[in-house]
Amino acid sequence: MSLQSWLKSPALLKRKAATSDLENTPPQKKFCKTMSQNSYDWCRKMSASAVYILDVKGKVLICRNYRGDIDMSCIDKFMSLVMDREEEGHMTPIIQHGNVTFVYIKYNNLYLVATTLKNCNIALVFSFLHKLVQIMIEYFKEIEEESIRDNFVLIYELLDEVMDFGFPQTTDSKILQEYITQDGHKLEVAPRPPMAVTNAVSWRSEKIKYRKNEVFLDVIESVNLLVSANGNVLRSEIVGAIKMRVYLSGMPELRLGLNDKVLFESTGRGKSKSVELEDVKFHQCVRLSRFENDRTISFIPPDGEFELMSYRLNTHVKPLIWVESVIERHAHSRVEYMIKAKSQFKRRSTANNVEIIIPVPTDADTPKFKTTVGNCKYAPDLNSVIWTIKSFPGGKEYLMRAHFNLPSVLAEDSEGKPPIHVKFEIPYFTVSGIQVRYLKIIEKSGYQALPWVRYITQNGDYQLRTQ
Amino acid sequence: MTDSKYFTTTKKGEIFELKSELQSEKREKKKEAVKKVIASMTVGKDVSALFPDVVNCIQTDNLELKKLVYLYLMNYAKSQPDMAILAVNTFVKDCEDSNPLIRALAVRTMGCIRVDKIIDYLCQPLRNCLKDEDPYVRKTAAVCVAKLYDINAQLVEDQGFLDLLRDMLSDSNPMVVANAVAAISEILESSPTAQQVLEMNASTINKLLTALNECTEWGQVFILDAISNYTPKDDKEAQSICERVTPRLAHANAAVVLSAVKVIMKFMEMLDATSEYVLTLVKKLAPPLVTLLSAEAEIQYVALRNINLIVQKRSDILKNEMKVFFVKYNDPIYVKLEKLDIMIRLTSQANIAQVLAELKEYATEVDVDFVRKSVRAIGRCAIKVEPAAEKCVSTLLDLIQTKVNYVVQEAIVVIKDIFRKYPNKYESIIATLCENLDTLDEPEARASMIWIIGEYAERIDNADELLESFLEGFQDENSQVQLQLLTAIVKLFLKRPTDTQELVQQVLSLATQDSDNPDLRDRGYIYWRLLSTDPAAAKEVVLAEKPLISEETDLIEPTLLDELICHISSLASVYHKPPNSFVEGRQGGLRRVLPPKSSSYRKHTRR
Repeated sequence: MSLQSWLKSPALLKRKAATSDLENTPPQKKFCKTMSQNSYDWCRKMSASAVYILDVKGKVLICRNYRGDIDMSCIDKFMSLVMDREEEGHMTPIIQHGNVTFVYIKYNNLYLVATTLKNCNIALVFSFLHKLVQIMIEYFKEIEEESIRDNFVLIYELLDEVMDFGFPQTTDSKILQEYITQDGHKLEVAPRPPMAVTNAVSWRSEKIKYRKNEVFLDVIESVNLLVSANGNVLRSEIVGAIKMRVYLSGMPELRLGLNDKVLFESTGRGKSKSVELEDVKFHQCVRLSRFENDRTISFIPPDGEFELMSYRLNTHVKPLIWVESVIERHAHSRVEYMIKAKSQFKRRSTANNVEIIIPVPTDADTPKFKTTVGNCKYAPDLNSVIWTIKSFPGGKEYLMRAHFNLPSVLAEDSEGKPPIHVKFEIPYFTVSGIQVRYLKIIEKSGYQALPWVRYITQNGDYQLRTQ
Repeated sequence: MTDSKYFTTTKKGEIFELKSELQSEKREKKKEAVKKVIASMTVGKDVSALFPDVVNCIQTDNLELKKLVYLYLMNYAKSQPDMAILAVNTFVKDCEDSNPLIRALAVRTMGCIRVDKIIDYLCQPLRNCLKDEDPYVRKTAAVCVAKLYDINAQLVEDQGFLDLLRDMLSDSNPMVVANAVAAISEILESSPTAQQVLEMNASTINKLLTALNECTEWGQVFILDAISNYTPKDDKEAQSICERVTPRLAHANAAVVLSAVKVIMKFMEMLDATSEYVLTLVKKLAPPLVTLLSAEAEIQYVALRNINLIVQKRSDILKNEMKVFFVKYNDPIYVKLEKLDIMIRLTSQANIAQVLAELKEYATEVDVDFVRKSVRAIGRCAIKVEPAAEKCVSTLLDLIQTKVNYVVQEAIVVIKDIFRKYPNKYESIIATLCENLDTLDEPEARASMIWIIGEYAERIDNADELLESFLEGFQDENSQVQLQLLTAIVKLFLKRPTDTQELVQQVLSLATQDSDNPDLRDRGYIYWRLLSTDPAAAKEVVLAEKPLISEETDLIEPTLLDELICHISSLASVYHKPPNSFVEGRQGGLRRVLPPKSSSYRKHTRR
């Protein structure tokens, strides 16, 4: 979805900020403070010994030794271990070799590898590696071999700051950018650590100023769908995200109100239209205990763009775009497809940029298409036909036929049965019916701020298996 | 302008050239030279010869240059311990700089210079930094204590740094608390003697729980992991900790969520399993675990390995979530295999039809490992859910009809297990199985087929011919197949003694006289003697009724499972092995056990 088109969007929902007092946070619960001599035993290491960034061939582009307990050259074995695993079909993102464990992720053509000798907290190491990628993207736009080399001094500085002795430290790239910058050192005065680095509010700096105070909220729902070959819906799930762009001065307190079923029921509004969220995940800034207590979403936001929360729920609504396929394979000669696409949402909504991606055999040739609407394109690199429909109103049904020749010699490798994928976006609409009821913004200087809300539903992992 | 230009010097005498540049009077030139040195270091060239020249640049106001020199020092100090002393003065001085960024940088780097000689000089600066007015310096100094402990534990204890570290748990700044916790956990793991100083009690735990709400996501993980190693004094305390940890399940960071799950799984053991509180808590655990399956593939993998443990410990947690484990076409293979495993664990009569339909679909995929495991899974379903056994068997027969070689072999292996679970029920399919005899080339499949023939010899008219056909290449067979063939022919003989005497003698002599395998020889002799001394006894032994195979043969043994639950989110939980099996020496740490049910709970149940 393009965020650029934002301000031109006609159906912006504009609200005035309410500036009532924030409720006081409930008093801390009292806990037993008896001094007892408990038997306990500690023992947990979260430590990565070293972090490496490698090119696609396994050559080290840059690395940092955090603990000095490991022979840094052990990385030389990494690539051959990965390749062995791949060959044996035992690929895992964790490889044990002697007493060293390699933990890695792949991004673009780079490997980010952490090594450890300990029983480390592995979820933490993976989260950290992914965070590292994110930081570098925010610093350098894209990361690849070239951008690593072009910025190696800065990357060393970052590696020094984001992890110490194997313990992740400050990883908020907006805060990091305040004191680790490419041109910061041209200044005569050396930078100082921003307050935020050690504050309880570690994600926002003080003294932010905007002439116009505004907040943009994007409610984006992605539909994950899995349909069996005989047309049964196996899974249908909505993963929603509320993304924000915050341009507010000072240290504003925000409170977001949703039509959350649990909240409505506990406050006696059980009859109003509400949404039952199965699981909710919040950005670091949201006060989790507060949410646990009374379902209030209260927070001091980071500056700029971030994801405030995500939620997940199962749906029992009809799949928004339904695809039926009839595939006739005539071995050694041709294969024919008959694809029917149906939009199963209200007529007043429209799905945009719909793409139905239909897998075809790798050795198919001479594509021929016939369709009532949209256009078709054979994409040999994806071994697929892409049927694009720019605008697909609700309650419609379209048809497409495709015909391919097959070679007379049968391919040796069997290809499996990749599913049909569908991409789409439906603006001004949420499948779950979730609504932003209010966003209260309170800052001590008392300015008025404008929240803008926009809704969109799009495909997530949307797969329909074929016969 | 990019940094890549620093990598492009390849002339001879490069080191010499760099040396003169490093000695330049011009600040800019000096800085450029240091960058070139670091660039060389990055591509793996040995630039240790420049040590004195680089260290000479350390006295600078330029932060960028200082950082680069420090980086160089960390890399080469160990190879030049005598020269490293040259840097000591600067560290001491930088630790007193007016800029907290520089103080912290100095104390951070200091701890990474693992040279014994200079450590003594660093104690005073470290002591100052531990009490610095700036929390950024204090949090860095806290970690430095752990670094120093790793190099010289005695010194740290003698200098009283452990006490200072413990006091930091009460620091007003949550980041300082979090790093102090991390450092303490680290130290306790390598040294039991530190326990006296660093003991945790209810009041420190309470402080940690307060800091939990305010520190960074990583700090939350340090704190949660530390709390998970504490043993509450009773069920009340355990419950109150659980209550304060539960909100973390809504954190966006998967590591925070899993560490919270660990604390809750562990402390829940102390609570009355039937209490209202525990029932709600169990309900609260499912959604966050399911959400982890929308994370990055690697995190999904860690989550799945942990879920595998969790459902073995508390099977009720995810019993209604079968569908989320259905495999997607584009899942990485390691995610697919783990999902499959959990599907089997969650299979019950309520969802077997769906599961079976899925497994059948998977069995026609292309990835051989995945297909094999799917076929095997169908067999496990048959054994686990009795009413579905027939459906499973017919699904397996359908798969055998595909004639895909490895599918057929895998199917025969699991059908053997099904026969062992439901004897005398499905022998009508034996004829179909026998049709595929010639295509079996894997030892396990051959052995399984031979077992089936021996077991049902009386109903297979040409059992003797079939077994004889295997006997031809006896010497070349895998020992598993040889053993099975020996037993099967003896069974056949006991059931049809009249026309199989020759066959049995043949196999006995092959096993006892022509084999080097002691297992095979011994088994051959036992059969031989049994048959020659007391055929009736032989019948009782060889054709004895076998115990039915158990429903779940692959469950983790309960004490190991309990230990692994204490290691949720760690490598051990992914390997499904205790840490001491893959971490060397003491580092494996003490064995973890789940806390016992609390005494007050025991009283409660007695009532």
